[in-house]
Amino acid sequence: MESAKPRLLTILDIVTIVMLVIATWMVFLYAPMEAVMGNVQRVFYFHVAAGWVGMLGFLVAAIAGIAYLRTGRRDWDITSLSAVEIGMVFAFINVVTGSIWARPIWNTWWTWDPRLTTATIMLLIYAAYLLLRQGIEDPDRRARFGAVYVIIGFLSVPLTFFSARLFRTIHPVVIGTNQPGAEGAFDMTTVMLQTFLFALLTFTFIFADLLWHRIRLGKLADQVEQKKLKVMA
Amino acid sequence: MKENTTLVQVSTRSQSFGFFRAMSAVVWKDLAAELRGRELISAMLVFALLVILIFNFALELDAETRSTVTSGVLWVTFAFAGTLGLNRSMAMEKDRGCLDGLLLAPVDRSAIYFGKAIGNLIFMLIVEMIVLPVYSLLYNTNLFNPGLLLVILLGSIGYVAVGTLLSSMAVQTRTRDVLLPILLFPVAIPVFIAAVRASTGFLQGIDMAEIQPWLSLLITYDVVFTAVAFMVFDYVVEE
Repeated sequence: MESAKPRLLTILDIVTIVMLVIATWMVFLYAPMEAVMGNVQRVFYFHVAAGWVGMLGFLVAAIAGIAYLRTGRRDWDITSLSAVEIGMVFAFINVVTGSIWARPIWNTWWTWDPRLTTATIMLLIYAAYLLLRQGIEDPDRRARFGAVYVIIGFLSVPLTFFSARLFRTIHPVVIGTNQPGAEGAFDMTTVMLQTFLFALLTFTFIFADLLWHRIRLGKLADQVEQKKLKVMA
Repeated sequence: MKENTTLVQVSTRSQSFGFFRAMSAVVWKDLAAELRGRELISAMLVFALLVILIFNFALELDAETRSTVTSGVLWVTFAFAGTLGLNRSMAMEKDRGCLDGLLLAPVDRSAIYFGKAIGNLIFMLIVEMIVLPVYSLLYNTNLFNPGLLLVILLGSIGYVAVGTLLSSMAVQTRTRDVLLPILLFPVAIPVFIAAVRASTGFLQGIDMAEIQPWLSLLITYDVVFTAVAFMVFDYVVEE
């Protein structure tokens, strides 16, 4: 039975919050304004970092899914679900910040660029994952099906990206927004690179911190469930 | 030593023989049930024709539009009719407790998966082979292109490989009727994109070099997802 919050987790909380404050300061005050795009370019630092955490979450979920199928330990199922939930939030942040940037730079909120298409389909896959889990009462079966779907979903993502890209290269769009590097590309200065890397690191810490919290929550919920069953029996 | 190896050989041979026998028994069971009841194919077929009819009005399929959207219309029709069939084929097993009976049989579980998948593939191909001439007749275009037939085969294999696995999960949930398309469509997007592009390519007589990557993509999808489904099917039917 674990109940007390581990000391290390508290330390990680504090470190993460401090890092987030520093990263925010770096993004708004330390990094220089980009010459062509102006201030809107600053969204880039957290945009890429959120996308990275989204992908990391789905990768962790798939690995935890494989581990669950091999070992059958409940902890892996909780890890997998937690990683998907966190990954979805950050993938969504990634899409929203991308739209904010795209409006002035590409002159549209949305375009069917391969990356954007893949991000959308990825979110739909994990929404389907949550719906699947919702429809199953037996926790053992829910864990097994969840693991199977999270593996299948993760495998299909690179194929989706590849086919979406091929779709565009064979059928080019006249407006030059179909290549991510084409519109709104820029060279990073050293200070920008520092800010960017620090934002990546910060978001990785946020991911680790949230994942730890969420797994702890999942385990505690499990314990409550078991105690409830014991009382009812 | 030599005796040992022959023993091993014999046992593996009888094992693989048993696998094929079990698989074809499942396929045969599905085909026989369909021959007697005719519920699956007729439902899929009528549904497919209705979808085409709706598209006719939704898109105003005049001669000019048709040349560019035909493969899109066909693949949406196949996908919708396919989901209907996949759902029904697994729900039938679940309803009368047939699945439990199948699982009790002392055969490899993957033989059951391949049996169901091949059965579903046959039903889907039959529907497609009826829809194609009907579409050709209704819209006065010739769809009998060997390239197109190849694309339909490859696309259907990938779709059914994932669909059979996911439908056997979907029928075991509370929300079974609505869940299959939600689970299947986002994962099957690469199949749709590749199949639609390759079909358009063949219908418009585009250079083979431009169609080739789409065919490779379809084959990759088929191989990867058949292999994965084969590996994880045990966990889906385990009790």
